[in-house]
Amino acid sequence: MNFNDRITEALGNQSLRTNLRGAMDFLRSKRLLSIEKPDLWEAKRKQAGHLRQDVTRNLASLLERLEDNCTRNGMQVHWAENADQANQLILDICKQKAAESMVKGKSMASEEIELNDYLARHQIECIESDMGEFIVQLAEEKPSHIIMPALHKSQQDIASLFQAKLQEPADPDDVDQLIDIGRKTMREKFKHADIGLSGVNFAIADKGLLCLVENEGNGRMSTTVPDTHIAIMGLEKVLPDLNELPTLLHLLTRSATGQRITTYLNLISGPRRNDERDGPREVHLVLLDNGRSQMAADEALRSSLACIRCGACMNHCPVYTRIGGHAYGSTYPGPIGQVIAPQLNGEEKYSELSSACSMNNACGDVCPVGIDLPGLIRTQRSRHAQRSFKSKLEAGIWYLWQWLHLHPTLYRLARQAMSRRLIARLLIPGSWRSGRGVPVSARLSLHQIMAKRKQSSE
Amino acid sequence: MSLESVYLFGTCLIDAYYPEAGLAAVQLLEKCGLKVVYPQEQTCCGQPPFNSGFPRQSVAIAKKTIAMFSREELPVIVPSASCAGMIKRHYPSLMHDDSIWHQRAQGLAERTCELIDFLLDRLPFDQLKQAPRQVVALHQSCSALRETDSAKNWRTLLERMPNVEARLPQYAEECCGFGGTFSIKSPQVSLAMTADKCEHLMNTGANTIVSGDCGCLLSLSGYARQHKRHFEAQHLACFIAQQFEQVNTL
Repeated sequence: MNFNDRITEALGNQSLRTNLRGAMDFLRSKRLLSIEKPDLWEAKRKQAGHLRQDVTRNLASLLERLEDNCTRNGMQVHWAENADQANQLILDICKQKAAESMVKGKSMASEEIELNDYLARHQIECIESDMGEFIVQLAEEKPSHIIMPALHKSQQDIASLFQAKLQEPADPDDVDQLIDIGRKTMREKFKHADIGLSGVNFAIADKGLLCLVENEGNGRMSTTVPDTHIAIMGLEKVLPDLNELPTLLHLLTRSATGQRITTYLNLISGPRRNDERDGPREVHLVLLDNGRSQMAADEALRSSLACIRCGACMNHCPVYTRIGGHAYGSTYPGPIGQVIAPQLNGEEKYSELSSACSMNNACGDVCPVGIDLPGLIRTQRSRHAQRSFKSKLEAGIWYLWQWLHLHPTLYRLARQAMSRRLIARLLIPGSWRSGRGVPVSARLSLHQIMAKRKQSSE
Repeated sequence: MSLESVYLFGTCLIDAYYPEAGLAAVQLLEKCGLKVVYPQEQTCCGQPPFNSGFPRQSVAIAKKTIAMFSREELPVIVPSASCAGMIKRHYPSLMHDDSIWHQRAQGLAERTCELIDFLLDRLPFDQLKQAPRQVVALHQSCSALRETDSAKNWRTLLERMPNVEARLPQYAEECCGFGGTFSIKSPQVSLAMTADKCEHLMNTGANTIVSGDCGCLLSLSGYARQHKRHFEAQHLACFIAQQFEQVNTL
């Protein structure tokens, strides 16, 4: 299925449409309620935007500092150039520990490298412990949103899933009961897992600290209960120092879920020390490149590395609101996905995503770090235009269009022609005609009206 | 007494599909005591190829537009937030590697003003006290909301018209699905958005929809005709001119 087929399928799925609209309404209104002082919000956005853009320009030195300080804190730091290397690295750690199972806190980087499938092929069971991820895994699907992986599912869907896969009868109207079933199943797995894997929201270079925000406590459990903790992060998540963290957390939690603060805020400084009674005995940090350093070197796309993965751009995108995350087919859906998926998941397959954007700028307006998402989508469109044959044809049409509009006489003739229904019918693309009919231009154009007016006044 | 002059950039959509909106804009500007200069060689602002990922094909048109409206240092009034946004926000960035043109683009950007932004404090709305009562649904275009910031002036202007009750639809800040070539390249999702917008606008109970962007109007009215929804879609300029006409003060 290509992108357009997936769009058609999603648009035809009425329950998906209803679930999406409900979730988007909820997330949008919660975000709005959490922003009490718009002026303060704008000031923080500006500050964070500058800061994150500085990070994208100084990635190499910041990451070296991060590596030094994490190592000093007793972590083992690994560099992975691509998905294969990252998977291999993690598998090697699992083998060293003779691990049979892994519990995972939420991590989009691990989705990006498709770690679950890879480890399953090597007989290591991965259990997602974030409730949304757990549901998606149970349904053998992929997340449809980066913050709320299962937002495309209704309570009814989830109750039926638990019944079918866990043989647990559940009342779809009782959210607490549904959560209890998930929790009970996961608790069992936590006790026996050999390895805990987590993502990273921010890594603080000058302290060698990993910051992880979450609401369910599963992040804290995955990073503290098993003897070995592996954290994986896209290398743009680094921050220079701790002073900047409060501003970024302020923006992140409000933008993502409309919360003033998350239930859990984890700052991970390394493995258990000799005088400590709990915590993992080993902490590994995997720094994932996977196309990011190329983006950092690409002047036109670099600013997208400022992203803090809050998901607000998709929550406010009218296209995402109607088709959901799966239709994009990329790890990251929505506006930010349209910008970075070609770089992270492959240009061949994902540069066409940029077409599904009406340039309405709702995303750019809410981005907490001020990324010019429509501008970047425009850039991806022009990159895509240089790749496909169809686009080369389109480039020709636009040259013709330009030529016409540079010559007022030709332009007027063309406009006149468009006032004939037959010609309009031939020239208006079928995709417009079928939904909106044939627009026939007026008999007298504004040019003509104004020329007449001038004549009569002279 | 010599009148203060302004340029009118009528935009290609108004020229072809909504000339009455252009004429209404002229009449309203004249009502405010201005002389309107309409260069006959104007065509399009160049936004369609620019937004479609072909910026190179819009540079020459942008330069032509800049030159045309720089013969005299007059304000350039645009009855479209989308085209005004193109000039104000994107012309300078389009010329980023040419310092002379960049400067000229910047100059034009500063002189360019969306029509309603310009009219808001100039029209004598108290003349409309005796005009018949009107209920309209306002569609705020994305450009008016998030590029030129004109949407708040659209709302204020309608509030100042004593005979008008303007209603905002649910999801008033969401896109109507037009998006230029988006409506042709991603027709299904574009139509789904337009269908929702139509429904929300009609749910306001108003039979007339007003907006300041003809792209949205063309898409909404086309959809409505094709799907047997009955409402009138009007450019704000037409609607305002009509109100003054009704009390014989246009």
